[in-house]
Amino acid sequence: MELHSLLFLAFAAVALIAAVLVLLSRNPVHSVLFMLLTFVNVAAMFVLLQAEFIAVIQILVYSGAILVLFLFVVMLLAGGERPLPVLNQPLQARAAVIVGLVLVSELALVVLTSTVGGGRRGPDSPERIAAVGGNIEALGRQLYTTWLLPFEIASVLLLVAAVGAIYLAKEDL
Amino acid sequence: MSPPLEWYLIFSALLFSIGVVGVLVRRHVLIIFMSVELMLNACNVALVAFGRHLDSLTGQNFVVFVITVAAAEAAVGLGIILALARHKDTVDVSEMDILKQ
Repeated sequence: MELHSLLFLAFAAVALIAAVLVLLSRNPVHSVLFMLLTFVNVAAMFVLLQAEFIAVIQILVYSGAILVLFLFVVMLLAGGERPLPVLNQPLQARAAVIVGLVLVSELALVVLTSTVGGGRRGPDSPERIAAVGGNIEALGRQLYTTWLLPFEIASVLLLVAAVGAIYLAKEDL
Repeated sequence: MSPPLEWYLIFSALLFSIGVVGVLVRRHVLIIFMSVELMLNACNVALVAFGRHLDSLTGQNFVVFVITVAAAEAAVGLGIILALARHKDTVDVSEMDILKQ
């Protein structure tokens, strides 16, 4: 087996184990740190997929901003309260695991039996991307031409979310 | 040659299902919220893998927007969680039943 596949398997294994540990750890701070491990491994997977820009913003936005926000909130909430049980009531936990297994087998069935990815090829072959100057240049060109209006809407959404978050987190709500 | 598309899709399905199970089995509101983020990330992997397979950058552009919306959602969601925890003094979702009474 060649290097790419081995690397993929290693990243996938670590990401999945860390994702399971997010659910199983008793301390929310540990959950956040396991989540960080998952996100870093997914970022490595984006590098394998030659999506360098996505990998960088995965690290910057997810690991850098969102998880730090989560850590802040964990610290703010963890003020001398009784510890919660890790899992829900046994019946609900068992039902949830069954639902998860059914979901996995359904998705695996769809992926393995259908001809996924057999569609029409797009214009952005690796040679074209290299001719434009790389992943970031090609992506930016498309983002600021084809997707300009959604981009502006997304910026307004972020502004509204920032204002809303400040209002919600105020003491005297 | 990189690993086939199916491997990425199976990984994405597994990560998504772990997120679903997390939403269902945990009672800590923050862990539930983190499981939602896991599901969003699984979708991102599938989008980028499809885009790579089909020689298209549109999938990566979608991921940029998904990450933007995820950041906005995390900021607002954590604000709501803070306000809720301040109001009810608990992080257990089974105790948040004000509408029931």
